[in-house]
Amino acid sequence: MTTDHIVPKSVYYLIFAALMAGTAITVAVAFVDLGAFNTVVALTIAVVKATLVVLFFMHVRYSTKLTWAVVAGSVFWLGILLALTFSDYLTRSWRTYG
Amino acid sequence: MLPDTMHAPGGHQAVLAHHFDDLEQQKDAATFGMWVFLVTEVLFFGGLFCAYSIYRAWYPEAFAAASHSLDIVLGAVNTAALITSSLTMALAVHASQTGQRRQLMIFLVLTMLLGTLFLGIKAVEYAQKFTEHHVPGPSFHFEDETLSAHAQMFFSLYFVMTGLHALHMVIGLGIMTWMLVWAWNGTITAEYASPIEISGLYWHFVDIVWIFLFPLLYLIGRHA
Repeated sequence: MTTDHIVPKSVYYLIFAALMAGTAITVAVAFVDLGAFNTVVALTIAVVKATLVVLFFMHVRYSTKLTWAVVAGSVFWLGILLALTFSDYLTRSWRTYG
Repeated sequence: MLPDTMHAPGGHQAVLAHHFDDLEQQKDAATFGMWVFLVTEVLFFGGLFCAYSIYRAWYPEAFAAASHSLDIVLGAVNTAALITSSLTMALAVHASQTGQRRQLMIFLVLTMLLGTLFLGIKAVEYAQKFTEHHVPGPSFHFEDETLSAHAQMFFSLYFVMTGLHALHMVIGLGIMTWMLVWAWNGTITAEYASPIEISGLYWHFVDIVWIFLFPLLYLIGRHA
């Protein structure tokens, strides 16, 4: 795991093509009625695109374990932020009293 | 390991700050620092995405209708512009690592042009919102009166989220101008490419934020 790893240009072009394809698919799928799954599909594609950018454009695929830990930490803390907030706001209608 | 010439007795290489053992350690520290900053940025935008999710869960009809009024073509073109700018940024990093100064400058300029195109299109969209009275405030008016109050909530989030994203783009353009000067005056070399690399991390992060903003703001309610 060397830090002076130079990512070949071909990898960048491949990722670029994947990101553009992902964008086209996202737009196309938005016009199809999948009910609640429209959001699921859109967010899944967005997460895949973001992961490609992080791993290849941002070189995390070739980075130190410390960088991996920081990236994982950001996802973890974002998870806490969303999970704890949603567990309040999105469950308020579940109340059966008062 | 670095070649011995960089550990020449009596002084460090000019680009190596005195508190680092070698360039590799210096680069690792710079990368680490940028990533820690990006963690705070993830949580900064994360709070806004969290607010968006809650209001959208509460008012799905108003959010779908308001989203439908955004210009999907301009939004898609901007997404393509930003993804392409991420490619040119990645190629700029490649050029800096291989010591191709001329190519580095070309790719930095291309990245800035695409970033400027993005901001220009965003300005056109904002201007449309003003003529449509879709800017939250006293003159706000939404076509479907029954959804007006909650549609205004959507547009508030739209302006805060895209506005803060655009601010990050403007800062990114400033950083790229700085990097262009450093590329031009020869500060950036194959051995000292880390300023371009960590500036690239910031640019790619801003691209990632838009990757989530585009479907969540422009594409909900298109099938309705």
